[in-house]
Amino acid sequence: MVVFPVRQRMGCEVMRVGLFVILLLMVTWVNADEDVYPEVKVADPYIELHTGPGAGYPIFNVVDRGDFVEVIKRKTDWFKVRTAKGKTGWVSRTQMEKTLTPSGEVTEVADAGFGDFSKRRWEMGLVGGTFNSAPVLTVYGAYAMSANLSAEISVSQVTGDFSSSDLVNFNLLSQPFSKWRYSPFFTLGVGQITTSPSVTLIQAQDSQDLIAHMGTGIKIYLTRRFIFRAEYKNYVGFTSDDDNKEFEEWKAGFAFFF
Amino acid sequence: MEGRLRILFLTIILQGMCMLLISGMAWSADAVVSRDDNAAQQQVIQPQIERRTIDIDTIDTEDFEVAIFAGLLSVEDFGTNMVVGARVAYHVTEDVFFEAAYAKTDTSETSYERLSGGAPLLTDSERELTYYNASIGYNLLLGEAFMGKGWAFNTALYVIGGVGITSFADDDRFTVNFGAGYRFLATDWLAIHLDVRDHIFDIDLLGNEKTAHNLELTGGFSVFF
Repeated sequence: MVVFPVRQRMGCEVMRVGLFVILLLMVTWVNADEDVYPEVKVADPYIELHTGPGAGYPIFNVVDRGDFVEVIKRKTDWFKVRTAKGKTGWVSRTQMEKTLTPSGEVTEVADAGFGDFSKRRWEMGLVGGTFNSAPVLTVYGAYAMSANLSAEISVSQVTGDFSSSDLVNFNLLSQPFSKWRYSPFFTLGVGQITTSPSVTLIQAQDSQDLIAHMGTGIKIYLTRRFIFRAEYKNYVGFTSDDDNKEFEEWKAGFAFFF
Repeated sequence: MEGRLRILFLTIILQGMCMLLISGMAWSADAVVSRDDNAAQQQVIQPQIERRTIDIDTIDTEDFEVAIFAGLLSVEDFGTNMVVGARVAYHVTEDVFFEAAYAKTDTSETSYERLSGGAPLLTDSERELTYYNASIGYNLLLGEAFMGKGWAFNTALYVIGGVGITSFADDDRFTVNFGAGYRFLATDWLAIHLDVRDHIFDIDLLGNEKTAHNLELTGGFSVFF
């Protein structure tokens, strides 16, 4: 039984801790480049690697049939791949769709296409136009409860010459032919309009009214997740005066679905 | 003496075990790679291997862009001041992208207020201008920029236009904006922007209603994710 003096014991501790730390670092270093990227096999005679994610960028390398490439990331319609020799370049989606997975199946590039348009659940968009000849901008969100019926909520801002208004609307939207590329729709809803007269007018007060509207429009599927939407709405404002106000709104804009 | 020898032996054994562990891990990694190559070659001969499906959905898609920018906004009659804002963009294709922006600036006094010596037209809180807009951009000229001998960066010159609302002097004004910009991609996910825009809205604070053109020059950073 040997008793070590204090200095020697501390030396042992330091060495043991140091060894442990080095071991840990080496373990993590060995496992560092284990990021697994999916691999695909080239089935065409060759695929072309561009220097950047665009059709105009020059082709600096080709990968022959039968070789595997790792797919690292994607930007719009371009995939960044790395060859077995370590060269990194961008491949277009049309060429990626002709490659094969390691099990021999054709690579399916998951992308929202027209088919998903009719299966969509959520939609968000921005439309603008005129509201009784004053400019209006609307942001809306919609949820498709079924293939033909969806519920929407929208917030609009009207910037007129003498007043500006904020509208909040809830409406139901019915699309009888939701699977068509050019799909017409009808809307019916209620909301609230808050009108604030312009600052340069004296003695002006904000007013809030209940409004109801009905409208019609068309949704056109464009590309990927985007649709173009144009609509007309006719509003009736229930005011405390004897006459009800009537507003006409024409709008168009873009939306995306997911 | 005896104690030191024991320590020496213990450390040698420990080091040996560590080496075995490390080389064991490296060897197993190699084995996985070589097993895959063999499997690919044997596909024609033995169709009963386990299928390894790749999930293209797990590929990282970098279409969204978040940016902050700062620069100068010249508000007609109200001086040129620093503007700070943020934008979010979504790239649909290599050519088209959508963008939503929000920015704020503090305007200064008009020359009328300074010269006439009368009461100021606007209070300090009314002088603050904020705008938010949504625009569509088109990458007109994609290209590469070269720095020195060994560096090449992807760049894009784009034109952009959109609509929005400007909140100034307690009023909201419908605004149209259009302009052009230059995007310099330092890496795949980091870009530097230089943007020139004209914001057009109608204003009637100084008597008659007129169309104001407010030029903006900004630079910013954006991150793709």
